[in-house]
Amino acid sequence: MSYHNPYTPPRKSATFDDYTLAEIRRAAATGIYDIRGGGAKRKVPHFDDLLFLGASISRYPLEGYRETCDTSVVLGSRFAKKPIRLKTPITIAGMSFGALSGNAKEALGRGATIAGTSTTTGDGGMTDEERGHSETLVYQYLPSRYGMNPRDLRRADAIEIVVGQGAKPGGGGMLLGQKISDRVANMRNLPKGIDQRSACRHPDWTGPDDLEIKILELREITDWEKPIYVKIGGARPYYDTALAVKAGADVVVLDGMQGGTAATQDVFIENVGMPTLACIRPAVQALQELGMHRKVQLIVSGGIRSGADVAKALALGADAVAIGTAALVAIGDNDPHWEEEYQKLGTTSGAYDDWHEGKDPAGITTQDPELAKRLDPVAAGRRLANFLKVMTLEAQTIARACGKNHLHNLEPEDLVALTIEASAMAQVPLAGTSWIPGKGGF
Amino acid sequence: MPVFDLSTTPLRELNSALHALPQGANDTQFEVINPRGSHSVAVGVDAAVNVDVKGSVGYYCAGMNDGGTITVHGSAGPGVAENMMSGTVVIEGDASQYAGATGRGGLLVIKGNAASRCGISMKGIDIVVHGNIGHMSAFMGQSGHLVVLGDAGDALGDSLYEAKLFVRGKVKSLGADCIEKEMRPEHITVLAELLEKAGVTDVKPEEFTRYGSARKLYNFNIDNADAY
Repeated sequence: MSYHNPYTPPRKSATFDDYTLAEIRRAAATGIYDIRGGGAKRKVPHFDDLLFLGASISRYPLEGYRETCDTSVVLGSRFAKKPIRLKTPITIAGMSFGALSGNAKEALGRGATIAGTSTTTGDGGMTDEERGHSETLVYQYLPSRYGMNPRDLRRADAIEIVVGQGAKPGGGGMLLGQKISDRVANMRNLPKGIDQRSACRHPDWTGPDDLEIKILELREITDWEKPIYVKIGGARPYYDTALAVKAGADVVVLDGMQGGTAATQDVFIENVGMPTLACIRPAVQALQELGMHRKVQLIVSGGIRSGADVAKALALGADAVAIGTAALVAIGDNDPHWEEEYQKLGTTSGAYDDWHEGKDPAGITTQDPELAKRLDPVAAGRRLANFLKVMTLEAQTIARACGKNHLHNLEPEDLVALTIEASAMAQVPLAGTSWIPGKGGF
Repeated sequence: MPVFDLSTTPLRELNSALHALPQGANDTQFEVINPRGSHSVAVGVDAAVNVDVKGSVGYYCAGMNDGGTITVHGSAGPGVAENMMSGTVVIEGDASQYAGATGRGGLLVIKGNAASRCGISMKGIDIVVHGNIGHMSAFMGQSGHLVVLGDAGDALGDSLYEAKLFVRGKVKSLGADCIEKEMRPEHITVLAELLEKAGVTDVKPEEFTRYGSARKLYNFNIDNADAY
């Protein structure tokens, strides 16, 4: 009897999938790790894994368009003489002039100002245009101290001491030479065209006790007027939040691993730090145990994309959120309009992340004057303002459905989780049960 | 002359008075007594005032000084004159770590020794140390001059950019990308001026060795990975 071997389709390894194989070949060919912008691209438990319950017989809703749902937030009420008052709890995260074009920074300032919120400088200092177009501007105090000076400290509305960021807790940065124009070089006191290393830790303090003294110095320089934020990456949110509060912060900014960066090693972005969802509850717990919840405000960032994400972050205990990647998309980043050019760069709209190379077809992550001209800061600012308004309306819609007359009245009890992982991280029950892993009640 | 006794007067009153000085004010002499290691003494000064601190101070004395002349008649804690913009800061005693960190301008004179990371990330400041300096000094120094009459510790000038370093004594070791360089006439001139400004009279510029960046790490190259 003849034996006929039936056909079996080729089987690819789940471990060595096509992307992994390509990355091994790329590393072997170039001898260098992959550097890119953006945040973690891997799938992690996120706000999508949570749902609001809405009103029912035991909870009554508020009327949409008729009954008030307040969205205002005050940041920095603990010590600062001049706390920040915003109309919406959605702020713009720190992004540098250098990483972004001048037009992009202007667009962010314009959009934030129309929407009644703040924008934030980045590693590289404050530009006059940015200050001029931002009604409320937060000035980052970073390890590199590029562009740091007392004049800008005093004309800022708040100061954000950056200890870490979600894309790379424990890591510094590198602005590659191709983005170092004359102006960027001048602002950073370095020669044009050389790679600019942003240090991973501050040059003149280490540890929480030093941080307390550093905060005192900044308060003294600014006559105790400015709110002082401390920004941490999502690494040890319980302890880092407690230590920031102990050191005297007015506001804690907590950035999960989906939060973007201008340029870092892909291996760092994808493998260091925790998802935003896993960071919020430990930070809130620290604030509550210290009796500081709502007194020291918590701003959460890293993967906030919609009003639903805003509402969920606030329900878990945040006072406000910050958006970076979503704001860049709103002003035109990765827009399919430029698809032909993305293809020429070997990528596609939605996947372009070589921000460090400065060739952004959308004119946002570049210092090339011709590319930068493509972004109209007025129109882009309008798009950002629209997006911020939509997000705020969406969050209000959800809050009203939960019967809340202020976004801050949302609470964990309004939420359930779709997965066991999200339930454990957000510490809200798995939908249809009263079970929170690690909390009993099964 | 206003005198602030920090054993009885809050620090806030001192710094507030220094910041509130009107343009063209006559009373520009301040004295601080009993600092007793206070932090943030005379920070954020933005006028041409003279502040004499009679005793030792804690962290960040004269931080972000912009135009003031601040003299500490004692020793200084970490981060003295950090991020100085302009003016002069003189420490009669020793200085702790990070002296002159990220300073952008002005002159910092330390008449004793300075601990580790002196001039870290310096961006234009001139620092003259009469004694020795500790390890990792001028780390990532971007511009400005660091002059050391004594010895330097390990890893001097690690990852240096364009800051110029002059050491009269021994250097325990040089950091990544920092090399000894030729002392050309223009460096002698600059050094002579710095020594004069710092009140050093019995030392010649020719006694110093210049160190600077080899500039091999300015643009990332995988073949240099072992240097880090």
